[in-house]
Amino acid sequence: MIEILKDRKKQVFQKGAETGDRGIVCEKASLAGSVSQRACVFCGSRVVLYPIADALHLVHGPVGCAAYTWDIRGSLSSGPELHRLSFSTDLREKEVIFGGEKKLYAALTELIKAYAPKAAFVYATCIIGLIGDDVQAVCKKVQAEQGIPVIPVHSEGFRGTKKDGYKAACEALFRLVVEGGGQPGFPLSINILGDFNLAGETWMIKEYYRQMGIKVVSCITGDGRVDEIRESSRAGLNVVQCSGSMTQLAKMMEETYGLPFKRVSYFGIEDTAEALYSVARHFDDLQVMRKTEELVRSEVNRIYPEVQHYRKALEGKKAAIYVGGSFKAFSLVKALRHLGIQTAIVGSQTGNPEDYEYLKEICDAGTIIVDDTNPLELSRFMMEKDVDLLIGGVKERPIAYKMGAAFCDHNHERKTALAGFEGMLNFCREVYASIMSPVWQFSPARQRRATMEQTFSEEITKAMFST
Amino acid sequence: MIKTETKEEFNLEITSRNFTSTRNACKLCAPLGASIAFRGIEGCIPLIHGSQGCSTYIRRYVISHFKEPIDIASSNFSEQSAIFGGGDNLKTAIDNLRRQYQPAAIGISTTCLSETIGDDVELYIDQYRKSNKDESLPVIIHASTPSYRGTHLEGFQEALRATVETLARGGPHTDRLNLIPGFLSAEDLRHLKEILSDFGIGHTLLPDYSETLDGESWEEYQKLSAGGTTIEAIRAMGRAQATIQFGKSLKGLNTAATFLEGKFGVQSLTLGIPVGIRETDLFFKALKEWSGLEIPQKYQQERGRLVDAYIDGHKYVYGKRAIIYGEADFVAALASWLDEIGIVPALCATGACTGKFKETVLSGLKNCPEEPLICEDTDFADMLDTCRTMGIDMVMGSSKGYFISRKLGVPLVRVGFPIHDRIGGQRILHVGYRGTQQLFDRVVNALIEAGQERSAVGYSYI
Repeated sequence: MIEILKDRKKQVFQKGAETGDRGIVCEKASLAGSVSQRACVFCGSRVVLYPIADALHLVHGPVGCAAYTWDIRGSLSSGPELHRLSFSTDLREKEVIFGGEKKLYAALTELIKAYAPKAAFVYATCIIGLIGDDVQAVCKKVQAEQGIPVIPVHSEGFRGTKKDGYKAACEALFRLVVEGGGQPGFPLSINILGDFNLAGETWMIKEYYRQMGIKVVSCITGDGRVDEIRESSRAGLNVVQCSGSMTQLAKMMEETYGLPFKRVSYFGIEDTAEALYSVARHFDDLQVMRKTEELVRSEVNRIYPEVQHYRKALEGKKAAIYVGGSFKAFSLVKALRHLGIQTAIVGSQTGNPEDYEYLKEICDAGTIIVDDTNPLELSRFMMEKDVDLLIGGVKERPIAYKMGAAFCDHNHERKTALAGFEGMLNFCREVYASIMSPVWQFSPARQRRATMEQTFSEEITKAMFST
Repeated sequence: MIKTETKEEFNLEITSRNFTSTRNACKLCAPLGASIAFRGIEGCIPLIHGSQGCSTYIRRYVISHFKEPIDIASSNFSEQSAIFGGGDNLKTAIDNLRRQYQPAAIGISTTCLSETIGDDVELYIDQYRKSNKDESLPVIIHASTPSYRGTHLEGFQEALRATVETLARGGPHTDRLNLIPGFLSAEDLRHLKEILSDFGIGHTLLPDYSETLDGESWEEYQKLSAGGTTIEAIRAMGRAQATIQFGKSLKGLNTAATFLEGKFGVQSLTLGIPVGIRETDLFFKALKEWSGLEIPQKYQQERGRLVDAYIDGHKYVYGKRAIIYGEADFVAALASWLDEIGIVPALCATGACTGKFKETVLSGLKNCPEEPLICEDTDFADMLDTCRTMGIDMVMGSSKGYFISRKLGVPLVRVGFPIHDRIGGQRILHVGYRGTQQLFDRVVNALIEAGQERSAVGYSYI
């Protein structure tokens, strides 16, 4: 049997099990030696800033960090595509010994001259702090010489978790926001925060707001542009999706400019509708509300029959969800309900205590809730719960497939739009296509599950959760 | 129809080469190579000593190619470990791995972080062994793989050397052969084992991830996928008769093969990766001479069919110009093969910095009417800047060169690692007569298809 590591037991919770009302432990560093699905501080920063398409993203350090993040996301741009290139100072032994400042300076200067970006982000990776490079000073010098913002992003991998990387990214973004601060505001206007324009999702959401009569001042960072971010303090409201990464920026803007923010999600029917309504309510404008109602009604009417069609086939199936941010998990639990699919396991890499409390509330009894899980645990839970579907990212996909479970990719690398009403349809189609595929009949894991009544006894379950 | 990029381009004016920075790297970092090598050992779990991100990024990258679970643990450095050393983390990691995976071996590779702070991993392992001396411990292997020194291939080779240094034992020699094939596909490894078995040669292949990274569908989840070179077999490598290693540039380096030779007197032979008739002939010749056995008829027939195919297809390929890129020895092997079928390897590139790449590539060229441009320590952006005016017909290498083929409007024949935009990258066969046959068919057809797509007529009979 696969054992849950002792130090991880409190990060696992089963709703309605005897472990009762205890809170779930989270927001702690992954255990040494566990195969966490999390990444590092650098990843958090890189993932947030990545879609800014007219900025130079230079990764300062040995080559790996830049190589592994080259063109890995489905973030689209309507114009420049500088974000799809990978730049590294590619430090060698010599620079590790004598310092990398000179190389950084030369690299930055050449790249800015060659690519004429609107701003440059310099990501300091693990060893930069150790070898004592003054990244700040180099950035300042290049900024003065080249006349564009050159912003250091302190993202040494070991200095915390992915969340600290989000924070570093928000601080970097805020430097751009401040540059344009103090200009007069726009009426009926918002910033879209925390949507990364995967497969064009930001464009779909922007179109909703256009139809509602709301001006979108900036998208941070989907299809992002430096000048737009500079304008962002002129908006009347920050609408924050992916709250784990972007709430920090929204809070900074609230403190400095009094700009209020709302947390929303564009995944699933209710959450998309609620996102749009909450923005309409905020502006308290009859016209806007009327248009919003029209939009939601016509979109729901458009997609609902097809969703029902899939539901007929999928009713009663069981799913596991393991994603980066817990806000997305909330929406997925609800979206799956529309398909008649019950969430048996749900977890995230970076959820906080309130997130997990909310998950407990919305999930059915028996649902397993996990923080920062690993392949062994996840596969164990999937087996026990006999799930038909796993929603996750690339690292989770082979786990699902080896377990004979269908899979839906809901991570940064996907090339299918899953946000908004159209996205809900795409989501249903993908889930349906994977679950209904005839190939599962050949899967040994599936065959085994079909022939075994109760794979694991209750005692084993109890043992797993005893604290 | 392959379309050329119409979007606004940033780099149209860039003509100068040798940017200080690396733009779109044609290499990966050393712990990636070490982790793949370690997964070729039975029951071995790779452990990367450094930040959490290193193992997660590497897993993601490797999974996207092999489409298989690959668990790579991390010692998960914190700020504390960076200041006071990663010893405690490493020991906790070993404890937790033993508890969860019950591995036969743990393959530790170090990152730039732990190397820079000067962590003495050997000492930590020693301390760990001492404080757990009453327990039966897994084999612990340590490869020093800072990513500021060498590429993923150096990491791969380093892990293998560390493995035999840790495990191989001397004694009376047997009649077995060690084969260290380098970083090839899972299908390549299977084919090499098949060849040796057909010859009737007792052999040990190191590493062997042919099953661990390209396995069957499971009945239940496996902690560590089955397969790999057994610890026992690696121990016995010190008693083998000889070692063959593929990769001409390994000659003279301190590799697993040279270690076995120096320490245990296991004679070593360095060959090129057997792609193409010439290089495969050399491999079969070596096996024949070494074993005193005849080449099995099956392979003589495969060779015969390949010659026949070369002749059938020669007009479609002659004089065509290709860009090839990837690991140094792999590119050298491709260059030699293209040369023998009449394609000009006009640009041969690697991100590695071996110092003898040019010499290695040139040594395989016998027919080429011009000296190709051979660049080491280069990157994909430089390649694109360079090749725009070279009259290129074909790009050959990993999927990371796709944007070059797209910009040039020529086909990409996907080989090597990583293949992130197609299924079955781990099943591409490159080596032997059979592998060459498959490469030849794919190249000829890619060129025919490109011509067909460009044609206004749309012939269905070529």
